[in-house]
Amino acid sequence: MKSAVITFPGSNCDRDMDVALKKFGFSNKMVWHQDVELPKTDLVVLPGGFSYGDYLRCGSMASKSKIMQSVINFANSGGMVMGICNGFQILVETGLVPGVLLRNKYLEFICKNVFVKISNKNNSYFKNINKNILELHIAHNEGNYFCTKDQLKEIEDNSQIAINYCDPEGKIEEPFNPNGSIKNIAGIFNKEKNVLGMMPHPERMIDPSLSGDDGSIFFKNLINNLK
Amino acid sequence: MIINEKIAIDHGLKKEEYQKICELLKRTPNITELGIFSAMWNEHCSYKSSRLHLKKLPTKGKQVIQGPGENAGVIDIGDNDAIVFKIESHNHPSFIEPYQGAATGVGGIMRDVFTMGARPIANLNSIHFGSTQHKKTKNLLRGVVHGIGGYGNCMGVPTIAGQTSFDSSYNGNILVNAMTLGLVKKDKIFYSKAAGLNKPVIYVGSKTGRDGIHGASMASASFDDKIEEKKPTVQVGDPFTEKLLLEACLELMSGDSIIAIQDMGAAGLTSSSIEMASKGNLGIEINLNKVPCRETKMTPYEIMLSESQERMLIVLENGKEEMAKKIFDKWNLDFAVIGKTTKSKKIELYFDNKRVADIPVNTLVENSPMYDRKWKKAKLPKKNKIKKEDINNLKIIDVLKKILANPNICSKEWIWSQYDHTVMGDTIQKPGGDSGVVRVHGTNKAVAASVDSSAVYCWAHPLTGGKQVVCESFRNLISVGAKPIAITNCLNFGSPENEENMGEFVECVQGIGEASSYLKFPIVSGNVSFYNQTKDQGIKPTPSIGGVGLIKDYSKMITMDFKEVNNIVLVIGKTEGHIDQSLFARVILDEKNGPPPEINLFNEKNNGETLLKLIDSNLIKSAHDVSLGGIITAVSKMCIKSNKGINLKKPKYLINEIEYFFAEDQGRYIIEISKKDQKKVIDILDKNAVHYDELGTINENMLFLSQKSKVTIDELKSSNTNWLIKYMSK
Repeated sequence: MKSAVITFPGSNCDRDMDVALKKFGFSNKMVWHQDVELPKTDLVVLPGGFSYGDYLRCGSMASKSKIMQSVINFANSGGMVMGICNGFQILVETGLVPGVLLRNKYLEFICKNVFVKISNKNNSYFKNINKNILELHIAHNEGNYFCTKDQLKEIEDNSQIAINYCDPEGKIEEPFNPNGSIKNIAGIFNKEKNVLGMMPHPERMIDPSLSGDDGSIFFKNLINNLK
Repeated sequence: MIINEKIAIDHGLKKEEYQKICELLKRTPNITELGIFSAMWNEHCSYKSSRLHLKKLPTKGKQVIQGPGENAGVIDIGDNDAIVFKIESHNHPSFIEPYQGAATGVGGIMRDVFTMGARPIANLNSIHFGSTQHKKTKNLLRGVVHGIGGYGNCMGVPTIAGQTSFDSSYNGNILVNAMTLGLVKKDKIFYSKAAGLNKPVIYVGSKTGRDGIHGASMASASFDDKIEEKKPTVQVGDPFTEKLLLEACLELMSGDSIIAIQDMGAAGLTSSSIEMASKGNLGIEINLNKVPCRETKMTPYEIMLSESQERMLIVLENGKEEMAKKIFDKWNLDFAVIGKTTKSKKIELYFDNKRVADIPVNTLVENSPMYDRKWKKAKLPKKNKIKKEDINNLKIIDVLKKILANPNICSKEWIWSQYDHTVMGDTIQKPGGDSGVVRVHGTNKAVAASVDSSAVYCWAHPLTGGKQVVCESFRNLISVGAKPIAITNCLNFGSPENEENMGEFVECVQGIGEASSYLKFPIVSGNVSFYNQTKDQGIKPTPSIGGVGLIKDYSKMITMDFKEVNNIVLVIGKTEGHIDQSLFARVILDEKNGPPPEINLFNEKNNGETLLKLIDSNLIKSAHDVSLGGIITAVSKMCIKSNKGINLKKPKYLINEIEYFFAEDQGRYIIEISKKDQKKVIDILDKNAVHYDELGTINENMLFLSQKSKVTIDELKSSNTNWLIKYMSK
């Protein structure tokens, strides 16, 4: 399976993502933001970091960079595009997924492990995954997902919520919401479910000696689904 | 402008220093030249009060590749891998403007590391604030934490460990010490020594603005009532540009076009150009009209003294300019050929076709002032006799809860959860343990790092305190299973012009030197920050020691959380019951006098090395060094981390439990072993003449001394974790 990770100026999880994808069998290519065309690929990943220093608005400048037109075309033709953390922020700025990401409720950067419940397995990202709750890691300042009431209704009607913050047993309640996101939303799909944006970093949880190993479950399942 | 003594004094120079400048130049300097001298001769850049004493520190060792004198120290960790590291202070600016001060401190130290060709792999920090009751403390703490996070997180370098303390002596002078470790191939280390004539001198990075002019001079003076006016001397950081600069520099460094490279830190273009010329025994000629400027009409004086961040100076091989420019263009950074190396051994600056400065390099460096300041030797204070009635009525569990909730011991998770500590995907021990640990990417090796200081001990007796900090660093590395290799030090003191403060410096340095030499734990880099002083009030002497060690096989790394119920817990090292200067003495007895605990370097080394042997033989399940708060505090933290409890035995000697459990004797570790290994472990301890006491066995969830004296771990945990969160949310 082929994957492509886009490097924007200020991306800083691009290498980590490259390491993770390769570990689970992807043949990954790094793509520079000023390139015009994507290489032939089965998956595009927009990595975490601080593209363009988060200036103006997180993800906003990156969403206008040269390569993004190809990424948008790729997504619109059904290609799989996954945005993690800053990548998620870029995705909302392109409009590929609905909503916005505001500053965390308590106005502080948060770096810690969280639990998320998979809300929709009827897609290529989570299909066949053998767990309902994953322990993943977040590290962000602007992960507070927000959308209008109408948008929320549409999102729910179309089952676009991918994952919600929860407790280890899967309870989706306010105390387990780290950043103030509406409905504890941690990740969301586009209508067609080929585009996924999420705040947690599965690529930081790919080895038992790290903060956890549930990222491995995610990636192993992902590559199997793509095969 | 005609330069006179008054203008020189306004630049922070002393009358005699100004006279010396005139003698060296055989004329009166112009304003640009005076600015350059003031920048190079201030305390921060010239180490004029400290040089004499720093020379005595042990800096060599089998694994030392580069000691002090370069941008950072370098140690060998085998397989052609090397670790570049250094700690540096950013105290003065952080008090004036906490966010930017702390942020640029982090930015500056990372630049020092990647200047040498190393990719930063871990950040640490040691931050010290005034009393928690002081009106400025909360905002300063918040600003500093946001600043450290703001810069480090954006750079994508994990912050893996740190230290925070509160003491009223920092009310008017907080301390912000930032440390960075970088990884480099041994044969790809870059140095700052220029070589060759007519080589192009290149400026890369951000444009030069008017920020930070006289920053280094500001950091070389005490504070007074008008510090607010000094805000413009604080630099403004842009971590995004630094991230680009890092990637661009490493890309250029992968080739072989760089002769020398130096970051523009304190005193900006002045110190970077002069250091490169001085080390290469060359001259440098610069056309200041070529320097990329952010603002219009900047004068040569301003350009030379600006401390704008995220800039580098490079001496390149001839003919490589185009290739290098392409890399910096790709990363959208300025690139300008601003001068060349010459044989004049002078720094010659041109502006609008006029020569605006012409100074022999040696006058700025070798001939810079060096002072043998007067200093006072500290006496060892007399031991306090603890009155039985003072402690007989104390309930041990109440005391423990109070200690665990003390600002200097409580959980600092509120702080480190704001730092990205997992980016780069190699953090295998996060903040909150004895050391932070990161893997050497793609190998079985890991590097452990810790930063420590014990201002109270240093204040009570500088010589002992100096030794203690080095030992504590040694212990923190060993506790995670790392072999200590070398240290970097950040020496934060009051005014060197005050005999007592100077005495504290001299004796702390002596203590550091003795311990580091005995433990074969050499000092490879560091910095000195004097004048942490407001009017006549200096801070408690606070040397921060950053220690680095190696774990050859990271599957053998040790963490401090208890692993298994029914396992046995021992304390190694002898408990003598030293209460003076302990947290218990200060917090519970309100006693501030007396000597700090004694340091026995033989025991320190022997206990540490024996523990490493036990770890290497897979006999240790968890370990934690005993420091502030004594045995019971250390054990409680191990319980809190694991949600497990312990049945504690009554001590066999030192009939008084309080003394046994809260004493801060040195050279001790708590270890967890399984019952089946007990005999093996004890044989090894006995064979190596290491004292040990059996403390108890691990249970499900209770710290248990007796039916009357017990507490759940949940309760201890809330004492320990809630204090800082509550304090910051008020």
